[in-house]
Amino acid sequence: MSAPRTTSTRAAVGALLRKELLLERKVPQLIPAMALFSVVTFVVFHFGLQRRVLEGELAAGVLSVTLLFAAMLGANRLFVADKEEGGFDALLLAPVDRTALFIAKVIAFLAFLVLLEIVMVPAFAILLLGPTPSAAELAQLVAMLALADIGIAIIGTLVGALSIQTRARDLILPLIALPLLVPVIICLARGIAPLLADTGAATLAGRWPAVLGLYDLIFGLLAYAVFDFLLDD
Amino acid sequence: MYGTRLRPLSTATVFALLGAFALAAWYAPMDADQGFTQKIIYVHVPLAIVTLCGFVFGGIMAIKHLRTRDPRYDLRSYTAIHVAQIFGVGALITGMIWARASWGVWWEWREATLVSFLIVFLLFATYQPLRFSIEDPERQARYASVFAVTAGAFVPVNFLAVRLADAYIHPRVLTTSGSGLTAEMSVAFFACVAAMALFYVTMWRFELAHKHTRFQLRALRRKLGGDEIAYGRSAAPQMLDSDLPAPS
Amino acid sequence: MGPEDADPALVLDGLVRRFGERTVLHDVTLTLGRGRTLVVFGPNGAGKSTLLRVLATLLRPHRGRVRILGQDLPDQAWAVRGRIGLLTHEPLLYRDLSARENLRFHARLHGVPAARVEELLEAVAMRLRADDPVHTYSRGMVQRIAVCRAVLHDPEVLLLDEPRANLDPAASELLEPLIGRASGRTRIITSHDPAGGLAEGDLALGLKRGKQALLRPVGDVSVAEIGALYR
Repeated sequence: MSAPRTTSTRAAVGALLRKELLLERKVPQLIPAMALFSVVTFVVFHFGLQRRVLEGELAAGVLSVTLLFAAMLGANRLFVADKEEGGFDALLLAPVDRTALFIAKVIAFLAFLVLLEIVMVPAFAILLLGPTPSAAELAQLVAMLALADIGIAIIGTLVGALSIQTRARDLILPLIALPLLVPVIICLARGIAPLLADTGAATLAGRWPAVLGLYDLIFGLLAYAVFDFLLDD
Repeated sequence: MYGTRLRPLSTATVFALLGAFALAAWYAPMDADQGFTQKIIYVHVPLAIVTLCGFVFGGIMAIKHLRTRDPRYDLRSYTAIHVAQIFGVGALITGMIWARASWGVWWEWREATLVSFLIVFLLFATYQPLRFSIEDPERQARYASVFAVTAGAFVPVNFLAVRLADAYIHPRVLTTSGSGLTAEMSVAFFACVAAMALFYVTMWRFELAHKHTRFQLRALRRKLGGDEIAYGRSAAPQMLDSDLPAPS
Repeated sequence: MGPEDADPALVLDGLVRRFGERTVLHDVTLTLGRGRTLVVFGPNGAGKSTLLRVLATLLRPHRGRVRILGQDLPDQAWAVRGRIGLLTHEPLLYRDLSARENLRFHARLHGVPAARVEELLEAVAMRLRADDPVHTYSRGMVQRIAVCRAVLHDPEVLLLDEPRANLDPAASELLEPLIGRASGRTRIITSHDPAGGLAEGDLALGLKRGKQALLRPVGDVSVAEIGALYR
């Protein structure tokens, strides 16, 4: 009875992830809002740019920027239930490693981003994209989006947790997260531009996924190391 | 104690800056293409280098703060970033003047170093708003340190990414070492970097001394007025009497 | 000196906790034996909730010694975390999840089998409503589920912030075996009700502006003395 009881990090991540997905399934908030926002943004871009169809660099830019802004919307809501309904305290009272929360949130956010893209990318293809990408181009596009999603999920989770305790959460979050994500935008936009171009079969330059992967690794490790301090009073 | 060696340090800084600028003005030869306007690199580039080093230094102090929970490291990190921000404004303005003089535009997106610098500067510009929006001073310090560590690590990553993005469009116009500068230019240039670094350290020490004096003043007023004196919210670190070293 | 005094559940020695430049707890010093109950009185803002949060390992002490279940805080907080239960004004339940889903989530975090959740839902007579979202419950029902959450992992120490605030007498009786003296747990209870609080406790602590204004066995404390704390 007097031995310390601890729950393994794997079990804790499982419990947290399960709760996260259950909440989103029962009361869908993030995914519908992000998906709707992305479609509205495409409409806005259509009028703002005064283009019927987009290709190449412009298409890559509109797609990456829309993804980033939709993700900001999601990151803003990521910790609201935990802050307002006591999830942070509940976690801190349990005998678990606190980084379990970081891991679970990154995985959950990543899942939300993938679901968002399942709506967003076809909507983009129908509404704005001129050329039809080949199967090989599509596969490369998916790979680039996946690498970008990892970086966005890591930064979104870290900055989301940072800003949730501030008074001006929705202002602070994009101000910090957007500059931090500039390298992701650079690599994503530059990387997918030839895939969305009119010129026919194009291939991805190897350095863009390489830099994205490096970015994900560096900030993944960094966020993992500092996340604890956000919970420690 | 803070503030004891400020007078000799300030004097040394003034002479170092004057000497370095004199070298830049008269010893370094005039640039063949750009003439006198090229001399601005002896101000602009050292300012930019010192700014970036200041941000990274702020991040290192933040790591120490997170490790030790000693509020003095938070103060050092805050001050390092604050002074670097001021130097950063100078670097941006001189950079724009230089772009105007050599390319005829106020801003040049193809100059990767300038663009990276702007991104880093914008990121660090959220440091004070972040601090200000957290009420609990201890949490404020901790969160600011988490930010400073992340943003400090972002500096090199960002430079790598922006440089890669531009490498194939535009060859680097200016290199700060090697073929770009003659031997005399290099001597003057590094003298300017060293003098600017000394200037940064002096400003940093001045602000530390200022903040410390204010804490001690507050502590004295609290002793006179009891525990009831409340102070408004602030973006600057707060320290308690017990955190301060005993006066010597 | 009973045997429980040799290995007390709680030892505080000069505990200080600050909020910025304001000191919320000044030099709180006391010892509480295992299985005993400490009642904490004091007006709003006296530091009662802060004391509970320090003991729950949610806030670090700034100075002084805090030893709970033989472990020093904050360094050995990890060793006691699974052995303390906290019940505050915030139920720590997700409003959009049902009672059962909430309790199962906490059970997983604490490594407690799901059968324990059913057992507790039965004990607080919430089985029929267990699958409705928490936001449809009355305050008393939320409090009952919050009690289940606090005792889910069968904690040795219970920290209770005005546990009976939202409860009718029947519900109060229902919860007695879980959080009452009969539970056999060491309890630290905050209260605004002098007579009820004194009846519940063994040791009374009075806080006034974070300072320890009174510390005596309940037998030596009168209701009037408690009332004086609030003036």
